[in-house]
Amino acid sequence: MENTSKVTKKIFKKVEKAKSRQRIIGIIMFAIGMLIYFVLSRNTSPDLETLFVMTPGGSDVTTPDITFNSLLITNILAILCVLAGIFQYIKGFGKFTNIVLVLVGIMLTISFLTWGASGGSINVGGMLRIMIVRSVPIVLGALSGILCERAGVVNIAIEGMMITGALVGAILGSLFGLWIGALSAIIAGGLIAVIHAILSIKYKVDQIISGTIINIFTIGITSYLVTKILQEREWQYLNESGIFLPFSIPVLSKIPFIGPILFDHKIFVYAMYILVIVLTVALFRTKWGLRLRAVGEHPKAADTLGINVFKIRYVAVILSGMLAGFAGSYFSLGSAGYFNQSMTAGRGFIGLAAMIFGNWTPVGALGSGLLFGFAETLADNLQLLNFPIPSEILLMVPYILTMVVLAGVVGRSRGPAAAGIPYEKESL
Amino acid sequence: MEPILELRGITKRFPGVLANDHIDLKLYKGEILALLGENGAGKTTLMNILYGLYSQDEGEIFVKGNSINIQSPTDAIHAGIGMVHQHFMLIPVFDVTENVMLGNEYTKPGGFLDKLKAASHVRAISDQYNLNIDPNAIIEDLPIGLQQRVEIIKILFHDAEILIMDEPSAVLTPQEVEELFKIMHSLIDQGKSIIFITHKLGEVMECTDRIMVIRGGKVVGESTPEEANPETLATMMVGRPVELKVEKELSKPGDTVLQVENLTVVNKNKKIEIDDISFDVRAGEILGIAGVQGNGQTELVRCLTGLIKAELGTINILGVNSTNFDPRKITELGVAHIPEDRQKDGLVLPIPVEDNLVLNTYYKEPFAKGIVMQPDVITNNANELIDDFDIRTPNSTVSVSGLSGGNQQKVIVAREFSRPIKLLIASQPTRGLDVGSIEYIHRRIIEKRDEGCAILLVSTELDEVMQLADRIAVMYRGKILAIVDAEIATKEELGLLMAGISTQISGEKRKPRKVREIVT
Repeated sequence: MENTSKVTKKIFKKVEKAKSRQRIIGIIMFAIGMLIYFVLSRNTSPDLETLFVMTPGGSDVTTPDITFNSLLITNILAILCVLAGIFQYIKGFGKFTNIVLVLVGIMLTISFLTWGASGGSINVGGMLRIMIVRSVPIVLGALSGILCERAGVVNIAIEGMMITGALVGAILGSLFGLWIGALSAIIAGGLIAVIHAILSIKYKVDQIISGTIINIFTIGITSYLVTKILQEREWQYLNESGIFLPFSIPVLSKIPFIGPILFDHKIFVYAMYILVIVLTVALFRTKWGLRLRAVGEHPKAADTLGINVFKIRYVAVILSGMLAGFAGSYFSLGSAGYFNQSMTAGRGFIGLAAMIFGNWTPVGALGSGLLFGFAETLADNLQLLNFPIPSEILLMVPYILTMVVLAGVVGRSRGPAAAGIPYEKESL
Repeated sequence: MEPILELRGITKRFPGVLANDHIDLKLYKGEILALLGENGAGKTTLMNILYGLYSQDEGEIFVKGNSINIQSPTDAIHAGIGMVHQHFMLIPVFDVTENVMLGNEYTKPGGFLDKLKAASHVRAISDQYNLNIDPNAIIEDLPIGLQQRVEIIKILFHDAEILIMDEPSAVLTPQEVEELFKIMHSLIDQGKSIIFITHKLGEVMECTDRIMVIRGGKVVGESTPEEANPETLATMMVGRPVELKVEKELSKPGDTVLQVENLTVVNKNKKIEIDDISFDVRAGEILGIAGVQGNGQTELVRCLTGLIKAELGTINILGVNSTNFDPRKITELGVAHIPEDRQKDGLVLPIPVEDNLVLNTYYKEPFAKGIVMQPDVITNNANELIDDFDIRTPNSTVSVSGLSGGNQQKVIVAREFSRPIKLLIASQPTRGLDVGSIEYIHRRIIEKRDEGCAILLVSTELDEVMQLADRIAVMYRGKILAIVDAEIATKEELGLLMAGISTQISGEKRKPRKVREIVT
């Protein structure tokens, strides 16, 4: 039986490996702590101070700025991360693991900013405000993806729907005003989605291929229209929509620190907040959401209960397109004031990454959209502050994280089971 | 008495097939009616029509004397008809309550789900029929037997009077089948009526009130368990007398051909699929592996044939340590493999029969000279095998996807048996086949054994294992709980082992370690 016990031991080793996620995360936290100490603290001279400006520029709700000794703070944060890592390795934070991981990430960011701005100042409030703005198209794109994939249709065409929305919003916005512009962007996105729906639901075309051709088609036709028409002098009045003006929410915008960051924006930001809440409730608390998720997981089961799989999928895809169209109108009507053929810059695809990173939930999409938005903001600020790191490297971080999540090293992301598979009724 | 359900002259044509030919059926309140027939006889088509998944070309459906038009499952549900599907229609990531109420949700004003109310209804049904289901359990965490009960609850939740159960016992252990029969009886005691679809004669005799036999889309006979016996029913099902018992002599085992020691297989998610098992198979004997589906049999076969890697342990074939050899090397050792899923792993469906017949020898003489294929040799080989193995196909160049399941399986058997083999690994060799084909394949396997081939037979049909095997190993949660002599094994004992309960009777006693509990 000696052989067996050896085998058993080895098996237990395997089993332990199966539970080793906890330890890997512990090691990651520990490594972050060490990184802060050896890379950041060691390169900070002890007498420098960092000034964190907590009020976004131009806001009248002021929050006192924070000044502190750069070295002291980075050291404290390094120690906290190392301690968290050791605790995680030995005992584990259990269900709080992800929260602690996020805190460690925030501590890394703070140390990084402290170090980068040591001897100077950085407008943290302003950065957070811009993070919110930057995340809008990403989060809306992710919500669009969630709606579609939860019903079992992969929507890789979000980028194309966005660019269509941006163009249509700009043209009709120039002609009839911003609200009509936004509305027509939503409708345009929905119409593009109808193509995707018919191809992938009725004709059962591979959804990736359908999405890809829509992307190529819409990107092609929008740049054609821009270069051949909108850039001509006599047609330029079609591309001067202007932008929605920001307005602050009464009371909420007066809350110190978070008020100006969260509640002093354009309509798109508020729409993002509302849509995250509405979609969460709709997907997980209503009859419609239950049926939609059922169709995305096991359409045949839904069909045998008398649920119209095709109808639910059509509705989901079209709503997804409308959301993407709205996200597109952000670029022309919320940001630039005109249409430009490269303005979406892959945000639709980034939205899909945020959808996966957020595990196909609206709240998760908001979280990951904010993270991606922050990375963009940070990258912009790096150039301003002359940080010795190329901003392109920083911009890669969110996508590396997405790959890590997909590979299942830290947490696991699991999408709807039937996403991407056309439903055939007669194959029962 | 007026029947609660009556079908009159139901006819359904698929392209080229008359699936149902003027079928009449009556179901009375409080009875279990068995619908007996081979695969492809038209039972499932008929029930799918009744449940609104297909629509009939001709014929009428009456519920409680009223003619009704069933166009969709919704109509069927409104008419009080519910169906337990052969492949469960449950959403693995949803909990019991969500699955049960889907399509018939309890809502508060505004379309918001009322899960609490639904959960208490589920609990009430579970208590009423002794189903013992927790409304908040997630489906994928439940064993198959309990998942089936969730299916039953789902139907009862929709207030069904008529329950259609499509091969409900196929996925269960013998003990779970007993439990199922108890549940079915408590259902009819409370006034429900059941149509029970099956091709298993024993079950029909055991638990039904009336039997209807369908063959080739037609009703060919009606009977009751008191009047009928398995032989007459089998004759009705197949249309000719069949041998239910496989004739075989006692085995004369020779040298050890396959020796497996401490084999352990771990899947991608680091879950142990095969947990330290050891056994051997000798020339001229059949070792049967019994067990409920999903207890590691699939992984065992895939590991032995080189399709997945072993984590630990050794596999010895004819004295060669062939652990983690690639499949071609194993094939060249003289190992034949009849895979579990013939369409996925056994055949290349779109290519011709003749090419499928040389899938594992095409690169060798005489089918290839150097890198050049020899089409004439391949065609001649195919024609010989088609005659020898009685493969019903128009010619050797049609794609294998056009053949019936039985003939597809014969293609595999012909391919594997037509070269010199020392070891046959047969996984579910008769799954989904009609009684005639089963008889044929069983006879061929016994012939191979008598020629001195070592055979590992994996089947979830306990009857098949008991009939063919000389020794029977029972797998449960990746372990072999016991290896017993087929002559002395009883169905009860094997059934208990399949449920993970070791008995004193069997020679080797091991306590089943709960692998999954350690892993998760």
